[in-house]
Amino acid sequence: MKVLDGRKKQVFRKGEAPFEFDCEKQSLAGSVSQRACVFCGSRVVLYPIADAVHLVHGPAGCAAYTWDIRGALSSGPELHRLSFSTDLREYEVIHGGEPKLYQALIQLIERYRPEAVFVYGTCIVGVIGDDLEAVCKKVSALKGIPVIPVHSEGFKGTKKDGYKAACAALMQLIGRGPTDGISKYSVNILGDYNLAGEIWIIKDYYRRMGVEVVAGITGDGRVKEIERAHGAALNLVQCSGSMNYLAKLMKEKYGIHSLQVSYFGIEDMAEALYGVARFFKDAEMMKRTQELVSGEIRAVYPKLLEYRKALAGKKAAVYVGGAFKAFSLVKALRLLGMETVVVGSQTGSKQDYALLKELCDDGTIIVDDSNPVELSHFIREKNVSLFIGGVKERPIAYKLGIGFCDHNHERKIALAGFVGMLNFAAEVYQSVMSPVWQFTPRYMQSETRGDVHDECSRTVCP
Amino acid sequence: MLLRHTDKEIKERSALTVNPAKTCQPIGAMYAALGIHNCLPHSHGSQGCCAYHRSTLTRHYKEPVMASTSSFTEGASVFGGQANLLEAIQYIFTVYNPDVIAVHTTCLSEVIGDDIPQILARAREDGEIPEGKYVIHCNTPSFVGSHVTGFANMVKGMVHYFAESGGKKLDQINIIPGWVEPSDMREIKRLAREMGVTTVMFPDTSDVLDAPLTGRHQFYPKGGVTVKELQSIGDSMGTIALGHFASSAAAEALDAKCNVPYEILDIPYGLLATDRFIDTLRRMAKVEVPESINAERGRLVDAISDMQSYFYGKRVALFGDPDQLVALSEFLVTLNMRPVYVVTGTPGKKFEEQMSRVLEEIPEAKFKQAGDIYLLHQWIKNEPVDLLMGNTYGKFIARDEDIPFIRIGFPILDRIGHSYFPTVGYIGALRLVEKILGAIMDRQDRDCPEESFELVM
Repeated sequence: MKVLDGRKKQVFRKGEAPFEFDCEKQSLAGSVSQRACVFCGSRVVLYPIADAVHLVHGPAGCAAYTWDIRGALSSGPELHRLSFSTDLREYEVIHGGEPKLYQALIQLIERYRPEAVFVYGTCIVGVIGDDLEAVCKKVSALKGIPVIPVHSEGFKGTKKDGYKAACAALMQLIGRGPTDGISKYSVNILGDYNLAGEIWIIKDYYRRMGVEVVAGITGDGRVKEIERAHGAALNLVQCSGSMNYLAKLMKEKYGIHSLQVSYFGIEDMAEALYGVARFFKDAEMMKRTQELVSGEIRAVYPKLLEYRKALAGKKAAVYVGGAFKAFSLVKALRLLGMETVVVGSQTGSKQDYALLKELCDDGTIIVDDSNPVELSHFIREKNVSLFIGGVKERPIAYKLGIGFCDHNHERKIALAGFVGMLNFAAEVYQSVMSPVWQFTPRYMQSETRGDVHDECSRTVCP
Repeated sequence: MLLRHTDKEIKERSALTVNPAKTCQPIGAMYAALGIHNCLPHSHGSQGCCAYHRSTLTRHYKEPVMASTSSFTEGASVFGGQANLLEAIQYIFTVYNPDVIAVHTTCLSEVIGDDIPQILARAREDGEIPEGKYVIHCNTPSFVGSHVTGFANMVKGMVHYFAESGGKKLDQINIIPGWVEPSDMREIKRLAREMGVTTVMFPDTSDVLDAPLTGRHQFYPKGGVTVKELQSIGDSMGTIALGHFASSAAAEALDAKCNVPYEILDIPYGLLATDRFIDTLRRMAKVEVPESINAERGRLVDAISDMQSYFYGKRVALFGDPDQLVALSEFLVTLNMRPVYVVTGTPGKKFEEQMSRVLEEIPEAKFKQAGDIYLLHQWIKNEPVDLLMGNTYGKFIARDEDIPFIRIGFPILDRIGHSYFPTVGYIGALRLVEKILGAIMDRQDRDCPEESFELVM
């Protein structure tokens, strides 16, 4: 396979050449890219706010494709799981969609009495020129709740710009609520979306450390909590791609410090707790944290070693949305004795990739904004046994006869926290070791790259 | 529960769609284009459209879905998407090397007014379309129609770009299957083969979206109608178009272009619609119906006779795509059941016409085009039903109202099997009645008091 000329600098093999890496580029027109759009970025970030109405201003498609596809769990209201749209038709494309939007907002607010409304702009709104801002302002004044426009027109950049638009929308909520009674040991959790209930695990750890969580942004999110977020002493940023921007805005406006954390894997999870304890400079808290960490590790480690026995030496490919997630995955896989031989992301930054390069072993392929042809080629070249990715990658892995683990928003099992590491190991184990793979040939390419000669690694080959 | 938000009281809300029973045109065009052999569907718009469509199709079919995008940026929205599409065509033929690129538009490219035929002419002039390769297109503005319309438009595009009349009629029948599963397309072809009829089916997603696991990721799986076959449809003896909404546009276009007579039938769900399909095929191809097919039919009728007492009078709510709903409602009436609520999100007066014919004997029936699932739920809240049939989104209502639920239609995101087992034909109807009876009996076993929990039905 030939990597396309325009993409040559988006593929790097560690140890082969000096590191000159390109990323944060628009995908080439015509590519079968795995990426999504600005709207998608905003939608996934704000989606978990469960007591807000999320209204998609556009044709039905954008609302239909984002209807309850993300397992962001709520411990209470579930308004976020309904699909609301203005279903723009030809008439509005010609005459403008503002009156329809206004009506829809009034009907929605009267019917559901939400704490706030987010109105998402889609491609078409950007072109027909509806004034979202004005309509939202008017309805907000009339109904007395925040009605916040999200400037997420699909073509206005990449998914990352969608994250930014979502952060800007969040900034309109933050600062509205009272901050009295908030502990001096308090944090906001940024960039955990409570997939499979993960934020509940993390919140429990912080509670046991004696740290108050003011707001989950946006996992299991509530409008009133987010409105108080400026009262927290520290922002913990997990998904850096989506939330660094919000942390930056909050630092500028409210002077809140932030810490980069990750809740995946034992090392990173422990560091996420220790980092907080260090920040608060409280010896008691540090002691509690040490006890917590050692207790949790003791509980999972023996079982992890069992999985490691079976998985050691197997190779993995990782292709995820944000590169930050990839760091933790490489480390977590290493703990299981597995080597990450292909690693890439849709939206990583130059800095992310430089860090990845440091983290990975020689020969590892690092790739930005990849496509199915490249990915399946690399997987075969490197004789990979496990692919970690999202919805579009799963069937590709299976077609190649290898295991798969969803580390995207379709995961159903919590992978965060110490217990999450055990869940992760179990999921990797069951997929990689599944008996089904013995019924299909697995092809790998011989070591020389680009060699078209296939070898079957299994004894039974049709 | 999730849908406790649904009010019983039905108020007017024309500006607001809650829980849609449709999605947008481009995904239909993408699905149809996957039914051409060696074809790469191409989405002319922002990246997100393509990603969403691929994800949704992947979730439904559990298969890799390949499609490319024009990756619109702010520049494209101001200056038009011509440069993107030209660049895309060049890139795709260089890297992915398909026989056909099937371009569909999106709301964005429609509103900025990209003239696709003009752009394709330019690509041809510039020599960007290699010898023996094709770029076809259809317009699929998301703010018109629904995913079904998009499917219909792409199939019509196939006719527009490929159909030729060579002057000499070929001994073959065209079948436009409508938006059905790969398994259904396979079954329709089997029925025709059983009758000794040579067919060209377009599109044909069997062996594309139900490909076997071979240890290789085949970018273009082996199925799909070939360009050569598509070029021959103008010389076929006739066309059978299944489903008014998904298939009639292409059949009419082919007749206008190449004088191929056509008949528009319902999707062959259930006994009567399959009878009509078999009979039409028989007449059109001038063949006899073989005993083997009569036996299939006989087994279906036999099964229905065994089951009929359990079906009688059961009230059913259905939602989904119009062509499926029309045929399915008719079958339910055949089974002596009562399809009382039927909602499609796809707009079209024709649906209401068709439904009033099918539901003539069910005076209490309500049906709506351009409706949403919220409305269906409100109807159910006002007067309950015994069974709900529709795509995966029905599971919310099923759980909230505690109604047995059968998944049928698009998308099905939480079960596997629809792409392997047909719903069409007599065999497909057998599968349907098995499912319906299973759902009803499981419910009875769950709810009945212990003394009437019986071993024998």
